[in-house]
Amino acid sequence: MLVLPASNYGYPEYVAARTDHRPSPEELLRRVQDAERRERRGRLKVFLGYASRVGKSYRMFDEGRRRKVRGQDVVVGLVQAANEPDVQGMLSCFEIIPPLQERHDGHTYEVIDLPTLFRRHPAVCLIDELAYDNPPGSRNPQRWQDVEDLLDRGIAVITAVNLQHIREQQLDVERLTGRRAAQSVPEAFLREADEIEVVDVPPESLLDRTGGSNRPDSRVLAELREMALLLAADVVDRQLLEYLEQHGVTAKWGAQERILVCLTPRSNAAAMLRSGHRNALRFHGALLAAYVQQTGLRAEDQARLDAHLALARELGAEVHCLHGSDFVSSILQFAREQRITQLFLGHTGQEHRFWFSRSPIDRVIEAAENFDVRLFPRPEAP
Amino acid sequence: MSGAAKGKLKVYLGYAAGTGKTYRMLLEAQEIKREGVDIVIGYFEPHGRKETIALTEGLEIIPRRTLTYNGAEFEEMDTDAVLRRHPQMAVVDEFAHTNVPGSPRLKRWQDVQVLLEASIDVLTTVNIQHLESLNDQVYDATGVRVRETVPDWVVDEADEVVLIDLTTRALRNRLERGVVYAPEKARRAMEHFFTEGNLSALREMAMRHAAHEVEEKLRTRPSLAVAGAVESPPRSSERILICLTGRPSSAVLIRRGKRVADYLQADCLAIHVAGPGDRDAGAVERHLSFARNLRIETHVVNADNVPRAISDFARSQRITQIFMGRSLPRPVWKRFRENVVQQVVRQTKDMQITIVAERRK
Repeated sequence: MLVLPASNYGYPEYVAARTDHRPSPEELLRRVQDAERRERRGRLKVFLGYASRVGKSYRMFDEGRRRKVRGQDVVVGLVQAANEPDVQGMLSCFEIIPPLQERHDGHTYEVIDLPTLFRRHPAVCLIDELAYDNPPGSRNPQRWQDVEDLLDRGIAVITAVNLQHIREQQLDVERLTGRRAAQSVPEAFLREADEIEVVDVPPESLLDRTGGSNRPDSRVLAELREMALLLAADVVDRQLLEYLEQHGVTAKWGAQERILVCLTPRSNAAAMLRSGHRNALRFHGALLAAYVQQTGLRAEDQARLDAHLALARELGAEVHCLHGSDFVSSILQFAREQRITQLFLGHTGQEHRFWFSRSPIDRVIEAAENFDVRLFPRPEAP
Repeated sequence: MSGAAKGKLKVYLGYAAGTGKTYRMLLEAQEIKREGVDIVIGYFEPHGRKETIALTEGLEIIPRRTLTYNGAEFEEMDTDAVLRRHPQMAVVDEFAHTNVPGSPRLKRWQDVQVLLEASIDVLTTVNIQHLESLNDQVYDATGVRVRETVPDWVVDEADEVVLIDLTTRALRNRLERGVVYAPEKARRAMEHFFTEGNLSALREMAMRHAAHEVEEKLRTRPSLAVAGAVESPPRSSERILICLTGRPSSAVLIRRGKRVADYLQADCLAIHVAGPGDRDAGAVERHLSFARNLRIETHVVNADNVPRAISDFARSQRITQIFMGRSLPRPVWKRFRENVVQQVVRQTKDMQITIVAERRK
């Protein structure tokens, strides 16, 4: 039996994927197992909102209602206590499996009634409010794990979650709002979902609805909204890549800007990296930096290169070391594999042109397909 | 009309037909009417969708205008009739629509501008593939060249842009059930444009663009700036210059340069160096006017030495980044001489130069 590493030994996946286009036997096995697991599992659909009252619950129950009309066996496994009147009105059309009321330390907890749901075994179960800690002694510490159990039994789940409950986003949300939600769901849960749908409304209409003293700031709401949209875009991007991979389609020039800074000892790396960093931020794109390993580098050049690499890491770039005898072809191949949209290259001040030879810059420009080449001035003479 | 405030524009942004933009728009129109606002339908495209048509009930519809072109009859929004009726708010479906020749204006978005100028608020719908700046990206992702486009600034100026999201699976289910198109058309659509891969790519673009619009508003709206809180970044001092020619690839160059300028909040200029070698003046003029439509400041310079003229102009205009297309491949025996790009690169080493590659499938 093959033992699969739980993670890529700490290496990000692209390192493994880069050297060879064909999937490894381990990768193929993982895919087959994944596919089998998915087939047996119920489908998970998540509505993602950027703040309370954007209307996630409404959208979730509305979808449940539509599915019921189309003949699917839909039940409700959990309803939030405080609901808008328009949601309340919709509930009457559903069969509701009430949650178990459990008392612990003077608090009453609502726990999804898994045994009853397993016996009832509907096609679809609606779970309003995904982020919730079950009381100690429950089957699962958190509600999203209860949802996993439902999915494992082949029950499809539709659920809703707010940005401030996604664990990996909580730090940024707290920075904006000054508050941190006590309960959370891991981002991986969202990324594993079969479908995710953003519930988007302009913050202005939210302010009308909220009113009262607890009024969120419209700027904060706008920032949260942007975060939710970008998170959803990332999830969709991942799914798109998986789809293309499964169908043997090479990924094309994507929706996301991907910037590659080519580092050489004598280029103006600081300017390129800073500009790359700023561009990546503005475009919400990815920043990569690559250098081609050279032997026999002089000590001072090696020191320069090391400093460039350190700066690249500091600015959050993914740093890659490429191997190959030819700088230009290594860079070009890497750019294609990584779906690069902008390639940053510096003048080194060393280019010599002879009538019979082309400079590396000319060669990159000539061969560039599907990406822009941006040339940077050489560093000021010291 | 002078002194009256411009009407407000709200855009329902989707990633394909059938995602529910019009449905949501009409749903909100009904709500707005209940609140007592004088709202009418200026134009609505039913596409035979029952649920959507039901939502027009109770809303006043301004009759369309019928025009005859090439012996066939076409119906367009009667903008003058809407102006005469002068409601507080108008629903105008399909923002990117091109009017039939003979209409007062070329595009429906221009009709909408007229309504906004007359202080009428407008609700409208558009799909992501109609945005000018994404035209090449859409082509690359889907293989379809979209002809009906809307300049980005028109959408950027909207007061609200709201994303109407739907998962690609749900959309394909709707197609299969015949909700979006008639069965035969739906089947063809699913095999071609509405593939899982295409739809996912478009959906991602729509999400990213919606996020970009939110960020734009955070930066440009004083009402959203909070004193002492997160400081909005100052407008960058970058200035981008696009070098355009009569070659077809200039359109890609213009879109790409403008997109980068928009994201970096840079000024955007375009130059064409007119020299003795000019063969296609008509194409140059088309590209210049395309650039002006995207609100790029255009310049034409007469000179024999093209690289020198570009580099001098860039210096005099304090340009920080030059956008150029690739020079055409040349026969081997001519390669010992530098092409225009190489010369500009050599003569302008103090500036960033971006060479935009043609996007190939």
